Amino acid sequence: MALISGVVFGVGLTIAGMLDPSKISGFLDIFGVWDPSLAFVMAGGVVVNAVGHRFVMRRSVPLFAPRFLLPSFASIDRPLLLGSALFGIGWGVSGLCPGPVLGNLLLLPEKMGLFAAIVCGGLWVGRALKQRLEKSRVD
Amino acid sequence: MIINWDSFTPLASLGGGILIGIAALFLMMTTGRVMGVSGILSGLFSAGEPKLWRLAFLGGTLLGPLLIYTITGTPIASEMVSDGWLFYGAAFLVGIGTALGSGCTSGHGICGLARFSGRSLVAVITFMTMAVITVYVVRHSGLGG
Repeated sequence: MALISGVVFGVGLTIAGMLDPSKISGFLDIFGVWDPSLAFVMAGGVVVNAVGHRFVMRRSVPLFAPRFLLPSFASIDRPLLLGSALFGIGWGVSGLCPGPVLGNLLLLPEKMGLFAAIVCGGLWVGRALKQRLEKSRVD
Repeated sequence: MIINWDSFTPLASLGGGILIGIAALFLMMTTGRVMGVSGILSGLFSAGEPKLWRLAFLGGTLLGPLLIYTITGTPIASEMVSDGWLFYGAAFLVGIGTALGSGCTSGHGICGLARFSGRSLVAVITFMTMAVITVYVVRHSGLGG
């Protein structure tokens, strides 16, 4: 089931133009010659998901798992702000967020292989850092 | 504001966005999980987290574009906008940033906003603002060469 979702996601990214860093950069370049396409990707994804989510949540459990695992943490804290800011800089420079990195991996393995490996290294470091910050808050 | 009409693809982008939304719904409906790529990926490095559904989803994301390429036979546009240390430094920022910020464009942008999550709204506004500023600096200030 997760495989089907992944394939649909990968196909969606491709059709949407999300695999092309120059197109992402063109969307972020609102002070230059702006390509608003990405706003349509966001709108399509969010609206479909928001409407459908209400129907999915009418069920008490998912089809093939014991329960829905939704984030329950609600407070806006420093890791959220710092992390999102760092991600924004990386996204702006490269035009690549994690989904399209994977989507591009088999098409451009020589260009994307090392990039994907460094993203994973960053995730690993960031995860450890976040756990340390959360632990210090509880203590 | 100047619109780049030559590269503007409203219908394809809306269609692709709808497919991304359907993928997120399908994952939630079947596995009860949020479709956030950075979270799914980083869970692979954590002992005690189930791995099979993660590998299946990520494998599908790898295969989807290849499937389109095989069917249509046309190369998929993917033009890089940076190289060298800037390019690979950005990769590290994308990784560490999405781990610290608990999500990326899919988890916060598509799933979080659809659930009206305040944290996701703040995350999306933060990374969008920083990305717009970054592109401005790189493209128009002369610092990016």
